[in-house]
Amino acid sequence: MQIGKIVGCVVATVKNPGLAAQRLLIVQPLTPELKVAGKQIVCTDATGAGAGELVYWCKGKEASFPFLPVEVPTDSTVVGIIDKITLRRGHKNEC
Amino acid sequence: MLIGRVIGEVVATAKHASHEARKALLVQPLTLEGADRGTAVVALDAVDAGIGDRVLLIMEGFSAMTSVGRPDSPIDMAVVGVIDRLDLMPAASPPRSAEGE
Repeated sequence: MQIGKIVGCVVATVKNPGLAAQRLLIVQPLTPELKVAGKQIVCTDATGAGAGELVYWCKGKEASFPFLPVEVPTDSTVVGIIDKITLRRGHKNEC
Repeated sequence: MLIGRVIGEVVATAKHASHEARKALLVQPLTLEGADRGTAVVALDAVDAGIGDRVLLIMEGFSAMTSVGRPDSPIDMAVVGVIDRLDLMPAASPPRSAEGE
C-alpha cells in the first residue's frame, strides 16, 4: 500500500457497469514526509474518504477485493483513512 | 521480496476490515548498499516487526494476503521476516562491509 492525499474526484456517466455506484477519487501519492511522490492516480473507494484526506491505497488485483462478491474492474482502491503517521528515520542503513 | 527498513507506523481508524488487528508499518525499501530504493510504502505486519528493524518485504498480493492470513483482502504488501544478517559473496558485497549492524 502507499500513502496519498485525495485531491479530487472523477465523474463519468458512461463507464463499465461494474463501476456503477463507485466513487472515483483522484489521489496524489505522497512520501511519509508528505512530499509529492509521482503523478496523481484515480482510485475507487472502499472507506468513504473525502477531499483533502490522507489515505493509503492498494494496487493490483487486490484492489477489487473489498467489493466482493461484486467484481469491480479497478486496479487501485483507497482502503484506509490515516489518522496518524509515526516516522523515525535515521537508522544506519548498512546491509 | 525486497529488503527494507521499518521507519514508522500508520494509524487508521476507518479502514478495510481485513486490516484490523494488524500493524500497518511504514517500510522503506533498500538496496544492498543500504540506500533508499524508491518511496516508503505501507505494509501489514505478519511477524511482529517494529520501527528500526530490517525486514523482508513482500510486494505482491497473493503472498501478502496469505502471510497475514486474510485471503481475498485488499492487501498488496506485507512484512514477512526480520533480517538478522546478510551473507554476501565478495563480488556482491557493498563497498564498505558485508556485515550487519
